[in-house]
Amino acid sequence: MFIIKYKKIFISISIALVILSFASLFTFGLNFGIDFKGGALMEVTYKDVRPAQTDLDTSLKPLNLGSILIQPTGDLGYIIKTKDISDIEHSSILSAISEGGKNVPEEKSFSSIGPSVGKELTRKAVLAIVLVSLGIILFIAYAFRKVSKPVSSWRYGFIAIVTLLHDVMIPVGLFTILSHYYGAEVDTLFVVAILTVLGLSVSDTIVVFDRIRENIKNRASTDFHETVGKSLEQVYPRSINTSLTVILVLLCLFFFGPSATKYFSLMMIAGMFFGTYSSIFLASPLLVWIEEFQNRNKK
Amino acid sequence: MWKKRVLALIILALGFGVATFVYKSEYKTNKNFGQASHFLQNHQFHLGLDLSGGTHLIYKADVSGVPAGQISDAMDSLRDVIERRVNLFGVSEPVVQVEDGSIVARGEEKLIIDLPGVTDVEKATKMIGETPLLEFKTEAPKGTAQTATVGKDGKVQIDINSQYVSTDLTGRYLSKATLEFDQNTREPKVSLQFDDTGTALFAKITKENVGKTVAIFLDGSPISTPVVREEIPNGQAVISGSFTPTEAKQLVGRLNSGALPVPISLLSKQTIGGSLGSSAVNAGVKAGMFGFLIIALFLILWYRLPGIISVISLGIYISIMLALFKLIPVTLTAAGIAGFIISIGIAVDANVLIFERVKEELRLGHSVADAVKGGFAHAWFSIRDSNISSIITSLILFWFGTSLIKGFALTLGMGVLISMFSAITITRIFLSSIDFVGNGKVARFLFSSGFGSGESKHSINN
Repeated sequence: MFIIKYKKIFISISIALVILSFASLFTFGLNFGIDFKGGALMEVTYKDVRPAQTDLDTSLKPLNLGSILIQPTGDLGYIIKTKDISDIEHSSILSAISEGGKNVPEEKSFSSIGPSVGKELTRKAVLAIVLVSLGIILFIAYAFRKVSKPVSSWRYGFIAIVTLLHDVMIPVGLFTILSHYYGAEVDTLFVVAILTVLGLSVSDTIVVFDRIRENIKNRASTDFHETVGKSLEQVYPRSINTSLTVILVLLCLFFFGPSATKYFSLMMIAGMFFGTYSSIFLASPLLVWIEEFQNRNKK
Repeated sequence: MWKKRVLALIILALGFGVATFVYKSEYKTNKNFGQASHFLQNHQFHLGLDLSGGTHLIYKADVSGVPAGQISDAMDSLRDVIERRVNLFGVSEPVVQVEDGSIVARGEEKLIIDLPGVTDVEKATKMIGETPLLEFKTEAPKGTAQTATVGKDGKVQIDINSQYVSTDLTGRYLSKATLEFDQNTREPKVSLQFDDTGTALFAKITKENVGKTVAIFLDGSPISTPVVREEIPNGQAVISGSFTPTEAKQLVGRLNSGALPVPISLLSKQTIGGSLGSSAVNAGVKAGMFGFLIIALFLILWYRLPGIISVISLGIYISIMLALFKLIPVTLTAAGIAGFIISIGIAVDANVLIFERVKEELRLGHSVADAVKGGFAHAWFSIRDSNISSIITSLILFWFGTSLIKGFALTLGMGVLISMFSAITITRIFLSSIDFVGNGKVARFLFSSGFGSGESKHSINN
């Protein structure tokens, strides 16, 4: 199997991608949305003509609301982001952007989230990530409790976790680039996407390992390399096809779905793609590599 | 054999029945919705605020003044009062719920209010947060300094507030307010019934002020200044300002809903306009339909006969899910719809696993019937294992999530569970009912996949 033969190349590709993702995370950083930071966000649409952005800047300045971020959206709309504001401040913003009552925009959505709600959500998100990771690690430990030769069971679990980190890190890296160039923000759905990728990508890896386990039990071959290679051959159409169906629906969600889930579907597409890639091109090569390493030490 | 075919037909009919229910119970898809039975009319999809448009408010309740053991009682009565106030909006299906101060929330007691269709946040928060203040005032003694202003037209206006002095009687002593209509003028009026303390106070006030006016102030402004004719000992009073019927009805509601048991402060508010919501729904439906079509195409082209069967069982899966959304009911949000659409992709997973196994069995030289049997037996463990992790994720997300995440976790989790059932049971029954195709070359071609012909030339696996 060529994947096993050229395993070092595939492992290197993965390492490079993860390093790039980390680099982008540290250079661009994550851009947190108001879900987590607190603050206010309103989306307005004008009927015929929207005023120039600089005009809005000048009319909003006297309100003294600190930094106000105005982004155009669609052909006639703006998204306005401010700190967490009161009802009075909200209505004064609305009247300030309606050009003296001559061009009153329709307010499509408005949210104002207090900092304490944001903090609570952050705690919830962190807790959810920790619990999901723990749950999955326990599940991996359970799934591989019976395999021991020639690679002991905890090493399968360890590799599954390494590929898991790989599968999450690369979409996060992509997201930091999106967030730098297109203003994507980390919101609740970002966390949901990461957690779902965790769940789906680990199941892919487990199916591959399951087959290796079965083939070891059936003594399909005496050589570990060959066993892994053969298992991959049996499993990869399945792996690719199942991820393909999920990626297909996600693509539909991205192109036709509501704007609220656009970045979410993009994150998931990246996660599914690299999840499948890693279960074939990273997890199994790593397994063989570890086995080789053990053997070398014995000799 | 016939048994299996009959079973397959029954399942097909049931699936069709479920799909008809989903179709008929939706306003948009059923042309005769108005004449449909109550059961159908009552089972439309429940759309979350982000899809239907509306306002989502989070209040923090200050329970520092409440003894530790009574916090949940205080929160319950707070919820009742707010619920009564919210019902005055005439909103259909408002949701008012208490969120307990769990460990995650660091002991903050919260009240979450969902108002579908309400987009005027300011009006909503005003109505919810404000206690109607009803005061009874008597004429100020003669000689009290009065403030007056000279209007633009030159007339002197005496400030009415300075003409009256407060009494102890307020809306606190009210036991009930009712809406009535004057028998002669048909004007709406509000009749008040005081409790015992209020009755005594009112009797005293009316007794001392016969022949004078008593002013009734609402939220600091006078709404009525009737002249007292005699002492009123039974604790009944009538306010007949110049109300419109709606105003009178609202006032009655506000007076009856009473004061808040604990002070509340607004933490966060979100409003989504109806147009944004409905375009999100359309986009979600479109994405779901395209997703299904593309997957159906892929399955049929790649897996041939089994592919067609799995498309049918996927169709039944989708009908079951949609029917469950209506029956449970599940509140659908944009994230929830995303979860459901993803679950359509995952639902195929089990079928793909089975078909790949069937193909392997065929390559090993088994007959079509045996290959189907073996394929199911071998694929089960992989199906179970690959779904467990998604179930773990859904469970934890559901536990800790905000309402948005909960919607996603619920649809995804339900999807994973139901799809395991539909992929295994339904596909199996269909597949085993069509083994009349025999074991010839055509049958082998129909049961294999991709670009292969299904001949057993690959039978040696290396």
